[in-house]
Amino acid sequence: MSRKFLFVFISIVLISTACARKEDSSGNSISTSITNTGSDTIVNLALAWAEQYQKEHPEVQISVTGGGSGTGINSLLSGTTDIANASREMKDEELDTATENGFTPQEFVIARDAIGVIVNPGNPVKELTLEKISKIYKCEINNWSELGGEDRPIVRLSRESNSGTHVYFLETVIRLGSKEDKSIFCPKTLLLPSSEGIIAEVRDNPNAIGYDGLGYITSEVKVLGIAEKISMAYVIPSEITANDGTYPISRNLFMYTRGEPKGLIADYINWIVSPEGQSIVTDLGFIPIKGN
Amino acid sequence: MFKSNPIRTDRNITYIIKIAGYSCILFLALIFFFLLRNGLPALKDTGLDELFKTIWYPTEGYFGILPLLFGSLLVTFTAVLIALPFGVGTAVFISEIAPQAMKETLKPLVEILAGMPSVVLGFIGIVVLVPFMQKTFNLPTGLAALTGAILLGLIAIPTVVSIAEDAMNAVPQSYRQAAIAMGATRWQTIWGVTVPAARTGILTAIMLGIGRTLGETMAVMMVTGNAAVMPEGLNALIQPVRTMTATIASEMGEVATGSAHYAVLFFIGIVLFVFSLIINILASWVSTRGRKRSERILS
Repeated sequence: MSRKFLFVFISIVLISTACARKEDSSGNSISTSITNTGSDTIVNLALAWAEQYQKEHPEVQISVTGGGSGTGINSLLSGTTDIANASREMKDEELDTATENGFTPQEFVIARDAIGVIVNPGNPVKELTLEKISKIYKCEINNWSELGGEDRPIVRLSRESNSGTHVYFLETVIRLGSKEDKSIFCPKTLLLPSSEGIIAEVRDNPNAIGYDGLGYITSEVKVLGIAEKISMAYVIPSEITANDGTYPISRNLFMYTRGEPKGLIADYINWIVSPEGQSIVTDLGFIPIKGN
Repeated sequence: MFKSNPIRTDRNITYIIKIAGYSCILFLALIFFFLLRNGLPALKDTGLDELFKTIWYPTEGYFGILPLLFGSLLVTFTAVLIALPFGVGTAVFISEIAPQAMKETLKPLVEILAGMPSVVLGFIGIVVLVPFMQKTFNLPTGLAALTGAILLGLIAIPTVVSIAEDAMNAVPQSYRQAAIAMGATRWQTIWGVTVPAARTGILTAIMLGIGRTLGETMAVMMVTGNAAVMPEGLNALIQPVRTMTATIASEMGEVATGSAHYAVLFFIGIVLFVFSLIINILASWVSTRGRKRSERILS
């Protein structure tokens, strides 16, 4: 019971500190600290960047936290973070809130990510079309035997709905990119709070199917080949197939700032998109942006 | 030189204690007000009929809280069924049966267990209990209501043991001596005299155990799978569920302040608040009734 009181108490504290922070960050633009919040997909990459950048600029303090793309964008809107990481684009409502708060968010593409669909290594299924995956997550296909696998029930895993990966997967795979399609994950889908949780369950459970950013997928699970349509070839996600567009589930990763970035924040973002910053992207399983 | 006036000291301390006491009521009122202010708009914007539907997918406007409500009730009820016999049994053992030396080791150990962060238990749950449940019962997935209930039972047991044992310890030694003098066996003494005499305390222990289970968040979120399925029949136990607490915890961070989703999450908070209120009222009702009866028996 006291847990709920604690929760409310913490919310009060958070809200009051949020207000305090807002005044603080608008007051000084020459500060040497950057806060960077958002997407759990990006968090490891953002940490690696922060570490590298701080090595070169020891006077700068960068604090990186996760929480999900929605969480990051909300912090940006409420002024509690300088840079929001997002694995999806900002929604219209979020842009409206930003306008109400008096700024236009600036968007930067900082890397690309492919989303792999994963199953247990013991599962004989090797490849699926997008349509089949959509049907699995809509509970229209319920047994692996319908897909050429063993007679086992399908257990669907997903990230929580505050994850950008969740939203991207919903739009690109379940709705097959159609704007009119209003289908959703069927209620039987397990929503796990972390990427690691999904990998662990897929590793241990031969019934499971899940999806995750390529940077999180370990060799303990099996990545499926994906075909956009039945007539097309099945493609395994990799840096090459994501960049040449043959792998259908790949996306841009973003950073957002409050308006045109100035000073330190601008310098940091310029460094991230420079060849030097992009050089560590591959080490973490992501795909560097082309150009520059 | 500071010389204290005993009367003034006395008065000041009385004030401090009064303030402490009243502030508790004030905080409770503030929390309740805060919840109502943020949660009640849900009734107006979303409406009761929308709230009591069975699909929960708030990012697309499905605000049916029924699966969460029944998910919480299912996990809590099962966890209490597990915690009750083990908790009260352990308390009886420590208080009445264990030799002095064992008693002195067991009691602090149980209290350490009570202070264990639930996220640690959740971690053990995900690494050990989830694969174990899946293999042993051949379930589609080990992330299920029963797994959560077992874990919650383990979390509630130390609370129940600790408080129930205190209550039994407080039963005057003369009661037991009288029972034994009447020729009662040890079991008859425990079941017929000590436990009824400590009934109030034991009931409080159980109610606090229920409260702990209902409010637990982290551990359930890690092992129950968080799928907002309506529980149907006994089968629901081996299927994933999503509890109210896990929903608030995982979704509060993303919602825009003041949105419909935000209000609905606070509405869930109100529902939880009302539940714990009911448990507390039941506890005090049962315990005052129980006291009169046990006093009647024992006087």
